[in-house]
Amino acid sequence: MEKTAKVSRPFMDDLKHTAFLWRRSRLTMIGSVIIVIFLLIAAFAPLIAPYSPVEQNLSIKLQSPSWQHLFGTDQFGRDIFSRVITGSRTALWIIFLVSVISGSIGIIIGVTAGYFGGIVDEVLMRITDMFLAFPSLVLAMAFAAMLGPNLTNTIIAISIVSWTTYARLSRAEAIKVKSQPYIEAIRAAGGGNLRIMFLHVLPMCISPVLVQLTLRMGTIILTAASLGFLGLGVQPPTPEWGAMVSDGRNFLIDQWWISTFPGIFIAFVVLGFNLLGDGIRDMLDPRLRR
Amino acid sequence: MPDTLIKIENLKTYFPVKKSILSKKLFVRAVDDVTMEIPRGSTFAVVGESGSGKTTLARSVLRLIEPTSGKIFFDGSEILRLKGKDLLDVRRKMQIVFQDPYNSLHPRKLIKNIIGEGMKIHFKITENEIRDKISAVLKEVGLRDEHMFRYPHEFSGGQRQRIAFARAIVLKPKFIVLDEPTSALDVSVQAMVLKMLKDIRAQEDLTYMFITHNLSLVDYIADRVAVMYVGEVVEMGEKNTVFNHPSHPYTDLLMASNPIPDPKFQREKRLLKGEIPSSVNPPSGCRFHNRCPHADQKCASQAPEMREHAPGHFVRCHYPL
Amino acid sequence: MELRGKLLDVSGLKVSFYTYRGVIKALDGVELWMDSGERLGVVGETGCGKSVTSLAVMRLIEQPGEIQAGKVIFNGKSLLELSEENMNRVRGIEMSMIFQEPRSSLNPVMKVGYQIGEAIAKSKKMPIKKTYPEVREMLKLVGLDPDRVMNSYPHELSGGMSQRVMIGMGLATHPKLLIADEPTSALDVTIQAQILELLDELARKMGNAVMLITHDMGVVAEFCDKVMVMYAGNSVEYASTVELFERPLHPYTGGLLLAVPRVGRTDELKAIKGTVPDLVDPPSGCRFHPRCPRVMEICKENRPPLVQVEPGHFVACYLYGNEGEVKENA
Repeated sequence: MEKTAKVSRPFMDDLKHTAFLWRRSRLTMIGSVIIVIFLLIAAFAPLIAPYSPVEQNLSIKLQSPSWQHLFGTDQFGRDIFSRVITGSRTALWIIFLVSVISGSIGIIIGVTAGYFGGIVDEVLMRITDMFLAFPSLVLAMAFAAMLGPNLTNTIIAISIVSWTTYARLSRAEAIKVKSQPYIEAIRAAGGGNLRIMFLHVLPMCISPVLVQLTLRMGTIILTAASLGFLGLGVQPPTPEWGAMVSDGRNFLIDQWWISTFPGIFIAFVVLGFNLLGDGIRDMLDPRLRR
Repeated sequence: MPDTLIKIENLKTYFPVKKSILSKKLFVRAVDDVTMEIPRGSTFAVVGESGSGKTTLARSVLRLIEPTSGKIFFDGSEILRLKGKDLLDVRRKMQIVFQDPYNSLHPRKLIKNIIGEGMKIHFKITENEIRDKISAVLKEVGLRDEHMFRYPHEFSGGQRQRIAFARAIVLKPKFIVLDEPTSALDVSVQAMVLKMLKDIRAQEDLTYMFITHNLSLVDYIADRVAVMYVGEVVEMGEKNTVFNHPSHPYTDLLMASNPIPDPKFQREKRLLKGEIPSSVNPPSGCRFHNRCPHADQKCASQAPEMREHAPGHFVRCHYPL
Repeated sequence: MELRGKLLDVSGLKVSFYTYRGVIKALDGVELWMDSGERLGVVGETGCGKSVTSLAVMRLIEQPGEIQAGKVIFNGKSLLELSEENMNRVRGIEMSMIFQEPRSSLNPVMKVGYQIGEAIAKSKKMPIKKTYPEVREMLKLVGLDPDRVMNSYPHELSGGMSQRVMIGMGLATHPKLLIADEPTSALDVTIQAQILELLDELARKMGNAVMLITHDMGVVAEFCDKVMVMYAGNSVEYASTVELFERPLHPYTGGLLLAVPRVGRTDELKAIKGTVPDLVDPPSGCRFHPRCPRVMEICKENRPPLVQVEPGHFVACYLYGNEGEVKENA
């Protein structure tokens, strides 16, 4: 009788190996650290922020950075430090919802197209192509303007333009998976299309989409910030980094701090996500594994 | 005449070839006019080289690929006409084990779920009953209870084929297609798997269709054999008859090409020249004529019919050996 | 030291692969030898190290693998001590190699004639264009129509034809040794028979030795003069083909032969219990001892060396009396 061949636990091994690759890449570590700090700031924002992010106090407007107001104050006398810190929550909320929404839309459309093929595939993929044909920011602006500028609509607008990547990705995965013998085996056992699609093909598409989602989180922040900057995103007084950069536009020469600090935060978080995303992609590269 | 479980009549499975719009529509004639009967409780081997259509035949019989035309009877009912619940019931009774043990088990599912999936589709039973059945079937194929909670990548190739086989027999089928079940395994492991297949067939009163390219296995496992060449069955009959008196020149040369693991075994070198023709555009007349050492004018122009050369021994050749 | 083989003598060859899981000791003291013009079969199951052996002899082990110890004497040269430049002069000229997947060993964007020409040009140091008459000759020799094949791309050829091209390319420089790594495993039996016949015929004509790496006992029996059986990175038995099939001494060889099905055999096939060991953490002593039906105490502690127990029959097993031991990490 054959005995169980391996004593080692491949799952643990895999995890260890991933950790090993992670430690080896300094840039990935830097990225991870930035993101962890970002998450911590967002989590403890009310504790960190010394002042209210929305309350106006015109008597202290446009003050330069000092020990009272670390990043200075804006034209309404709000503490920029508090606003930037609180703004991380807005950013995180947008990233989270956009990822969930666009990821789900993308996976469902992609898996349906890939699994059924033929005319279904043609129709769904041509729709995807239509979305891809527009520059995503322009399209997001159009949707945001159409729906009206607020947080919910920002999220909807960004989701609408960003599902296409995930659709293409999961379509490719579904096409690969559907012809595998393990799927054929379920068909042979009498499994129907919906069962195969959702219980067996879809789970295989999740991990590539997750990787892509991390890679795109930086872009989501940038898009949200751009919308905010153009006044098509989150509306005042909710602190949002893009809108804050925009607020400081008129004062850039004399009161540089109003735009600069939120700008630095955007840059750092986007950098963090990009480094992390690149790292994850490399870690999952089969050529580097084993 | 023994009781027939599977009867295939004039089965054809063609695939369209994508060509430019202007050219005539072409087809891969993967399975072309196959007729055969598989007696209940036997192992029927289908032998052929790549491109012979043996795997397409197997999948067509299970309706994993829809055949182009022809009839397939399973226990008397014509399965190409079945729909809905009747089809589902036949699907349960006909199972398949695939060639590649590394791709035939879902990589993200526990063994318990892989084996249990079919039962969830067909039987109205509780989780606990499913658990008991899986436990019993694992024992039957030589694995242990705790294997239920592992993932496929934790098993060796031979063990995976046992799991794939457990998934098939747990549905209590009557007929199992084994599509090269051991060709990816090492010989020492292959021996164990073959023995298990043989034992369980006897225990469970199963009927096998055993697809293979390896003639050496046929002698060990099969009762009857069909030899396929470019989509057609060229010779069919009792294993011993076919092996001892191969009557189609292709079968004869195929056997001569099969290496014998005995250095003392001396035989005249007889090679099959040329390569397997494409099944998009098979040769005229007898499909084997351009490689056949005995071919003449008639073979090139006229396609031979399948004929009963001796009782129960069918050959598709104008001049059987 | 006296060489056991006049053409090739490999001794104590150790190759390890460094992975995150640990060090895989793919080869741990492999012994191998060949005379000129001989056909040696190297047989074993998945993971026994037969392919790694051939790559190590060609010095083609790449990162994360490393040749750690051993000697490879080929044609009077100690290959592991040669400079990369000198090794290049041996590789592809004095010894060449063909692989299991002929199509993936050919460059898909270059014409076949050019690729064979390149091999000849390298050995003769002449422009590729000038080699074409020789290339045509070579293609004829391997049973292909030069007019058709010279200007074809690899994807236009079938598996059997590509393997013929590879053989032509391998033998174009008249090497003393052709290493064939599972050359027919991806091919159909009728094509396999053609290719083996071709290798046989060409070896006779050109006088080259062939090292045939395979898992198929049938192919060994048909083609080889001598056989080296490998198990888990060790050489376990060496004998002439007839002797080995007739009187296998090592329990592993015996088990392997009993597991092989053949036409005319309907008795029970006997399997070897257990599975191939994990080479990160191989069993102590003889690596076959956990699966061996005739295991003794000594087998669990010491590793038997490959010794001659009868003229021309070598085996690494304590059943045949030798008391020696392979020193670990020597």
